[in-house]
Amino acid sequence: MKPSLEQLKKEFLYEKTNRCVQCGYCLPVCPTYVTMRKETHSPRGRIHLIKMVGEGKITDLSALEQPLDLCLGCRACETACPTGVEYGSILEAARAAMAKRKKLSVPARLLRKALLKKAIPNRHMMKWSGNAFWFYEKSGMRKLVRKSGVLKKLPYHLDEFEKIIPQTVSPSERNQDFVKIKSKGEKKATVAFFTGCIMDSMFHRINRLSVQLLAEAGCDVIVVPNQTCCGALHAHSGELEEAKRLAKQNIAAFEQEEVDFIVHNAGGCGAMLYEYDHLLADEKEWADKASTFSAKIRDISQVLIACGGLPNLKARKEERVTYQPSCHMTNVQKVIQEPMDLLKSVSGVHFIEMNQADMCCGSAGIYNIIHFDASMSILDEKMKNMKASDASVIITTNPGCLLQMKLGIEREKLSSSVRVLHLVEYLAEAAGIS
Amino acid sequence: MKVVTSRHIEEIKKIVKTGKVWTDESDRFSYSFDASFGTFLPDVVIQTKSVAELAELVKLANREKIPVYPRGQATSLSGGPLPVKGGMVFDLSVLDDLLEIHEEDLVAVVSPGVLTAQIHKAAEQKGFMFPPDPSSAHVSTIGGNLAENSGGPRGLKYGVTKDYVIGLEVITPEGNIIKTGGRTVKNVTGYDLTKLIVGSEGTLGIITKAVLRLLPKPPASETIMAVFDSLVDAGSAISKTLSSGILPAKMELMDQSSIIAVEQYEPLGLPTDAEAIILIELDGHPLALKDEIKKVAELCHAVGARSVHIPQNEAEKTEIWKARKLVSPAIARIKPTKISEDATVPRSKIPLMCAKLQEIRDKYKVHLVVFGHAGDGNLHPNIICDQNDQEEMRRVEQAVAEIFTAAVELGGTLSGEHGIGTMKSSFMEMELGPIGLDMMKRIKKAWDPNNILNPGKIFPKEGQKWELT
Repeated sequence: MKPSLEQLKKEFLYEKTNRCVQCGYCLPVCPTYVTMRKETHSPRGRIHLIKMVGEGKITDLSALEQPLDLCLGCRACETACPTGVEYGSILEAARAAMAKRKKLSVPARLLRKALLKKAIPNRHMMKWSGNAFWFYEKSGMRKLVRKSGVLKKLPYHLDEFEKIIPQTVSPSERNQDFVKIKSKGEKKATVAFFTGCIMDSMFHRINRLSVQLLAEAGCDVIVVPNQTCCGALHAHSGELEEAKRLAKQNIAAFEQEEVDFIVHNAGGCGAMLYEYDHLLADEKEWADKASTFSAKIRDISQVLIACGGLPNLKARKEERVTYQPSCHMTNVQKVIQEPMDLLKSVSGVHFIEMNQADMCCGSAGIYNIIHFDASMSILDEKMKNMKASDASVIITTNPGCLLQMKLGIEREKLSSSVRVLHLVEYLAEAAGIS
Repeated sequence: MKVVTSRHIEEIKKIVKTGKVWTDESDRFSYSFDASFGTFLPDVVIQTKSVAELAELVKLANREKIPVYPRGQATSLSGGPLPVKGGMVFDLSVLDDLLEIHEEDLVAVVSPGVLTAQIHKAAEQKGFMFPPDPSSAHVSTIGGNLAENSGGPRGLKYGVTKDYVIGLEVITPEGNIIKTGGRTVKNVTGYDLTKLIVGSEGTLGIITKAVLRLLPKPPASETIMAVFDSLVDAGSAISKTLSSGILPAKMELMDQSSIIAVEQYEPLGLPTDAEAIILIELDGHPLALKDEIKKVAELCHAVGARSVHIPQNEAEKTEIWKARKLVSPAIARIKPTKISEDATVPRSKIPLMCAKLQEIRDKYKVHLVVFGHAGDGNLHPNIICDQNDQEEMRRVEQAVAEIFTAAVELGGTLSGEHGIGTMKSSFMEMELGPIGLDMMKRIKKAWDPNNILNPGKIFPKEGQKWELT
């Protein structure tokens, strides 16, 4: 049965699209508009298409498919918007409305279900995949595979991504999970640490370093059991129900501990946690709990600065450092200054602000895998600015950005002269923590 | 019904060898709007950097009588680029490769897709200034600014876009490429076609290149903020300053509704009980400024300012101008629809117009906010309303009509800088008279006999009435 116009208006958040006055201030900050040069791939264009659905002028919803798919969801448009259009909510609602109607092929549906509903939210599965990466590297399989040329035959440009698989920790190290650790020196705050799914499997080392840095700065740190994936990947691909389920599981898990802050080290996850209050606003039993939870969310850089910075940082040998901010940290959590302040607090660091640093790097969750070419044009723009900065270290605050910047450096053949690090890795290095 | 047939599309594709031709529903809808009202579907959207291809397309359009709508980045508030009769949209924002500053000639040579702010930046890097500064300069293309003859806050001292154009390259409605004017400030060879094309809203030709005049950049600037208990007193302060021998670069007004809206949006400590605030910027030599700023402060006090504040450093200055910048976003929070008018009156009539606007606000019970470039009489009355409320929109219609009438009766004009487009065409005769309007129509007819360039704009249809509902 065809949905009524009222139904479509509700599903596509037509009311919210009316806030857009089509002034176009979002155009220069939108990575897809800038690289694709087409209004169809601008925030204003997408909102207009959604508005047309609500007004019954577009009846064939397939017209929205590509424009919505190609959006990175970086939300830079929200920061530029003078009238406060809630682009993020409109996009998520529209994607959910589209996903509901879309008939995926059986294998695609199964793969999506396996990945989003089974693997990512499951700690054991994620642990297993982290261990698999470790085995891949340590067993010599990586060398063998690279030599064999089989990588070139993989779909989705996986050969390019293979080069940037991060250094993983051994299963025995992974198993010595922290539960609670005490602050070094005077205690300034009690925090719960959010481990995340991808961070925990592929970047376990960064998580460990994060906990150590927090302790170093004066925090008692609790790693809460039963926490799960933040649900960002689900929400962004229109799986709102699954995102809500994960949100509830996290809220319930973190409620068990009395803490001042809930700390994360991934801009994308942080933004999702920060908006649980929006996600669950319509659910009576959860709305208040979600607000309490979201109010406690902090990026690690905020907490380190709030604790007065890190003591005992060793001076660097004159190093040119630049920072690629995570879009969601800038545009959703509005954490902008703290990571830069931390970097500047290390003596010997010559901090250079990259031109158009706020522009997305094109990683955007799994966008770089699904829309490889679009993502690479955006990355190429980023690399131009990166090279102009002449930095030898690029700092990021989100796993997606970290991998994408590494990919950029590989593509530019700069991996011998430029290092890409998570802020936590760099600070740990300076603090002499390994 | 589409005016462009599949045979036309084939021909178009043959002409456009280096660009793109889009006919998908999603693309057509994405080029169906601007920052004003209404959605009008073009049949085809064309994007090419080649001027020769564009000229060929115009020839085809002229032969087949297909409407052509040139478009920059569609920030128009008057409906300039709306494809109201379907046909072709030319997305000229991709013509953005040419931006040269010729220091010795004091000119910039630009292609139409260059953003106005990029011209500002390039000029400033070499110690020059391109004065026209519409608030959308970071998004709007210079091509759009030329077509609409845009203004901006600095219009008060420096004039508007047309005052800085001395040469153009234009595709005529018959598909020929002509040059008008040149690179000299003085040029009286024949009719001034440059000035005719600028502000013709894309109805006489498609601008493909422009030669712009530059000025030396003033070495310093100062800001002053004056608070008034009466809007009419604020208006007097503006007229008195302007007749005192001092010409500020900008004079911006915020009325009480806009002050309250800003404070509710982001508390900056503005006095919400005041009826008006004026922000003045003076530019020039630092020594001259010291003296001028003192005189302006005294003048504001003399006409009854409650307080006068001169910021002492850059941070304070930025804070003061931030208040003005926040008016637009702040009032947009009140209700979803914003009708932004730019009726303009002679400077001496600013206090009278202020009083008239208050009267209109009370008479039609509309949420009318006045803020804008008060110094040049371009008051920007904005009506904040809700498009879905039919009864309210009818009152808004009447209020807007009365604003236009008031402006024209005071010797002013319908539009200071946004253009006529689709929004104000029904009031043209009121300002120009039947013969004045007819002379304009004759020019259009002579230039564009088949009426293919941006048809449906500027000129009202027989018996057309102004309506929002």
